[in-house]
Amino acid sequence: MIGLGALLSHWRRRPGQLAALVMGLMLATALWSAVQAINAEARTAYDRAAALLDSQNLARLARPDNGPIPVADYVALRRQGYLVSPVIEARHDGLTLLGVDPLTAPPGVIPPDILGGATDFQELSGDTALVFISSETSAPTLNTATSAALPPDTGLADIATVAALSGQRDPSYLIVAAQQPASLPPIAGTLGLELRSAETAADLGELTGSFHLNLTAFGLLSFGVGLFIAHSAIGLAVEQRRQVIRTMRALGVPLRQVVVLMAGELLAIATIAGILGIALGYMIAAVLLPGVAGTLRGLYGAPVSGELGFDPIWAAWALLITLIGAAIAGAGALWRVARMPILAPALPRAWAMRHGRVLRWQAILGAAAILSAAGLAAFGQGLILAFSAIAALLLGAAVLLPPTLTAVLSLINPLARAPFGQWALADTRQQVPGLSLALMALLLALAANIGVSTMVGSFRDTFVTWIEQRLGSELYVFAEGDPDALRSFLEPRADAVLPVIGLERTVLGEASRVRALADHATYRDGWPLLDAVPDAWDQLYAGQAAFVNEQLQIRAGLSIGDRLPVAPGLDLLVAAIYADYGNPLGEVILGEAIFAATYPDIAPFGFAVRIDPAGVPELINALRAYGQSDRAISDQAAQRELSIQIFDRTFQITAALSALTLGVAGLAMLIAFLTLAQMRLPQVAPLWAMGETKNRLARGEVIRALILAALTFALALPVGLVLAWMLLNLVNTQAFGWRLPMVLYPGDWLQLAALAFLASGLAALWPALRLARLAPARLLQVFAHER
Amino acid sequence: MNAKALCLILLPLPALSQGFAGLGTEAEGFAVPERGAEFDFPTDHGAHPEYRIEWWYLTATLRGEDGTEYGIQWTLFRSAQAPELPDLWGTEQVWMGHVGLTTPDHHFVAERLARGGTGQAGVDAEPFVAWIDDWEMRGLPGGTDAYDRLNLTARGAEFGYTLTLEAQGPLIFHGDAGYSVKSAQGQASYYYSQPFYQVAGTLALPDGDVAVTGQGWLDREWSSQPLSETQDGWDWISLSFVDGARLMGFRLRDRAGPDFTSGTWITPDGNAEALPDGAMTFTPLDNTDVAGRNVPTRWQIDLPRQNLSVTLDALNPEAWMATSFPYWEGPVSISGTHGGRGYLEMTGY
Repeated sequence: MIGLGALLSHWRRRPGQLAALVMGLMLATALWSAVQAINAEARTAYDRAAALLDSQNLARLARPDNGPIPVADYVALRRQGYLVSPVIEARHDGLTLLGVDPLTAPPGVIPPDILGGATDFQELSGDTALVFISSETSAPTLNTATSAALPPDTGLADIATVAALSGQRDPSYLIVAAQQPASLPPIAGTLGLELRSAETAADLGELTGSFHLNLTAFGLLSFGVGLFIAHSAIGLAVEQRRQVIRTMRALGVPLRQVVVLMAGELLAIATIAGILGIALGYMIAAVLLPGVAGTLRGLYGAPVSGELGFDPIWAAWALLITLIGAAIAGAGALWRVARMPILAPALPRAWAMRHGRVLRWQAILGAAAILSAAGLAAFGQGLILAFSAIAALLLGAAVLLPPTLTAVLSLINPLARAPFGQWALADTRQQVPGLSLALMALLLALAANIGVSTMVGSFRDTFVTWIEQRLGSELYVFAEGDPDALRSFLEPRADAVLPVIGLERTVLGEASRVRALADHATYRDGWPLLDAVPDAWDQLYAGQAAFVNEQLQIRAGLSIGDRLPVAPGLDLLVAAIYADYGNPLGEVILGEAIFAATYPDIAPFGFAVRIDPAGVPELINALRAYGQSDRAISDQAAQRELSIQIFDRTFQITAALSALTLGVAGLAMLIAFLTLAQMRLPQVAPLWAMGETKNRLARGEVIRALILAALTFALALPVGLVLAWMLLNLVNTQAFGWRLPMVLYPGDWLQLAALAFLASGLAALWPALRLARLAPARLLQVFAHER
Repeated sequence: MNAKALCLILLPLPALSQGFAGLGTEAEGFAVPERGAEFDFPTDHGAHPEYRIEWWYLTATLRGEDGTEYGIQWTLFRSAQAPELPDLWGTEQVWMGHVGLTTPDHHFVAERLARGGTGQAGVDAEPFVAWIDDWEMRGLPGGTDAYDRLNLTARGAEFGYTLTLEAQGPLIFHGDAGYSVKSAQGQASYYYSQPFYQVAGTLALPDGDVAVTGQGWLDREWSSQPLSETQDGWDWISLSFVDGARLMGFRLRDRAGPDFTSGTWITPDGNAEALPDGAMTFTPLDNTDVAGRNVPTRWQIDLPRQNLSVTLDALNPEAWMATSFPYWEGPVSISGTHGGRGYLEMTGY
């Protein structure tokens, strides 16, 4: 088709523009689909983890101290008629082994691809000691088979197999069938066991939801930035093809056909770019996933594999999103083509003039968006609203950018003394519409970067201080055998031996841990209290008051002085609220005495040991000789390092996405400058004709880019700080359950500003160099051409 | 002879099939029944882990005070993967319990499984108790034989029963003094019964408790290789006639040749006459579609040597045992030359 050839010839002449379009769509698709792939992988893992042993939302019976339940007690329950099924849960070679009893397990407990599949009861229960694992899990020492229903690092086997592998004969807990025989008394409390409803077990999906929302928000931001690029590339392509289109129309090609051809062309380009983007997205996701998996495991205990599977549905969705994105980016341009008068002159300036009206609208729209962001932040509740506020802020800031830049440039225009300077500023103002999309992308990327780095930095500073307060003891020893014997061993060798003791309970409807603190200066002096009554510690140890962590305080809406029902018949005053970063659960602290009186059967998990730091290595050696394994000994430094490591991993992906977004914005600048440089020859040629040297003109180009970058950065800084405030005070509170003080990092801003200058300078440099080296004949042609 | 055993041997079962496969063919390492062996009571009332399969199987036809007819079944089944006692979680010995309660318009079923090493299920000979979870068949003091007086309990999600059973006659030994041949090729089991129970007790039904009385029949059987490979289902009856006589009979359906029948005629005073292959005929008269199968629920039974020709009608034709090994089992009423009530069991349909 002739029309098609004519249209496509444009890209042959301007491969850079084609690259820009493809790149924009590709990057949009890549970052967005990478985030989607990571989220999907994590969600699949949660679903598998949740489905395992939990498909029917079955309750469990467990000992209050989570210790093994004697087989005799299990049999006694069965002999009373209760339908309970034993599970031995044990660690083996880095795997969590679940030993189940297929004979008593309620339906749905054992995944159907194991029970009733090719493998049968004998293989599960016989001498083969078969352990089912997911395909990404490796367990070379075991006789394994794979099951698609299992989460990573989990092995499902017959209870006899796990008993043999772990040496644990007694069930860790009992699964309670949903339907119990008629006329039996309620099972809760039988034989001192407590019934834990399925909801008590923390819901991974809910806990990690905020984390994924964070990622999704970043993915959307990246997608938006990519679409900005695509939109500007398509817009420019249409502008520059006005002549071609006009010629085609004049030769009799129907408008409809032109529009259809251009839409088809866009579809083809978007498809190719989408496929490239999916490939790139898959690679990005594969690189980032291990970090995310580490984070999810570290922060939430969510078993997410570091290996990425390829899901064709995911790819299809990503491609569809790209096509929709391309349609949005191209709709305006096609609309302009459709409405273009047949003999309209191709005048870029006309586009810019029309922009005057657009600017006013942008100012109004931007202001409205910022106002609604403020409204949402002030009055909104919940994570979705918090993110909506952030979206409104970013959108408002982006839309306000062109009118603000134009206004600022008009304001400073009189400051330029030389005519060339005045021209340069005026010309810059005239450039704003053409560059606005690239500048908006830069603004968003810069603001996001400032916001995220401020949030992460603030968090990290607070966290490190907190962890040092919280890890007040020199050594932590976890009981592997009899805790009393361990205590007797430790006491003569240490200054103080403080029990680590607690149990999981539902407090005010929130999954929580109730723990006890010994009366010791370690806690009185170092525990990170956020708010407390003056004699909080005395009240705590007198058994009159409890402390709650910030998570429980926020979720249950508690304040100092409230009465907290800790256990039946035990209502205590909330005397203090403490920081407890990184803990998904609520927590209540009791004094040691009242804890022991309330939960007499609970033994300590281990002990915090106060000792002269110089004596730590000697005590560790003594503990090894005593029979403690290294995993059950942890010194302060190791704990601290591990905690900070987990913390850093948590925000690795955020930092990575933020950096990638900035990179995309830089690319957007480069593309915008490159394409504008072509269009700007008619503006530059008269100045050259008036005697300005090409070098001076080129320098002007670079300076102009730097001015724009500086102004954009100046606007991005407050937006970024507001974003950081929102992340810290709105999102964190909702997502993690804690508030953080905001710390400012001017050093980082300088770095970022330098980076922005560098990116814009470099982006402008290339077209500037081309201008400097332009053959005079090209500039003369401007006057020869009929425009 | 009864269903659970043969189901386990013959019918495919998703979860357990492999565990019980091969039972019809080999008896590796397991003891095999021998003709002429002496029973040793009360020890033989207990479990025989050296044999592959074994069951304690009780059915009772009951009547409420308002005349409503009921039937109950209580079965404890033992299956061994190896002729030895398991350690704690081992699966050398696996136990399975089935209970059924049939009313004219409902059929309640429950099933339990257990491994043999934990104590969740088992059988002690003295004092006699067979149990799985809270289901129990427990010997009561006062009889000469451990089976003379029994207490029986079971409970499902929406039903249960507690019954007391008192034997009114002696143990009956089937086949050749308890050596019961199961095919023309000579597969056999040890098989004896207590068919003379008077039963009284309470059924717990969704609408409330019902006091019942009636007659019960306990079967004891164990073996390691009871079936021929080509036998793929059977029809089994235990009938109590109005005059006090009893009849046990079964027909093993053979896909490769003629069916094999066997039975025992029991006089009211407890004399047993073994009925050789071919002495009885089983003729299906009417079928019912139940659980996707077409099952004969009305039968003609002929035993010419006793001038017996009766028709059996199921109390509830939908008495389908929807257990791991599904089969039909329920009470029947007897009409024709003899009147009475009994139990019918059919597998392999």
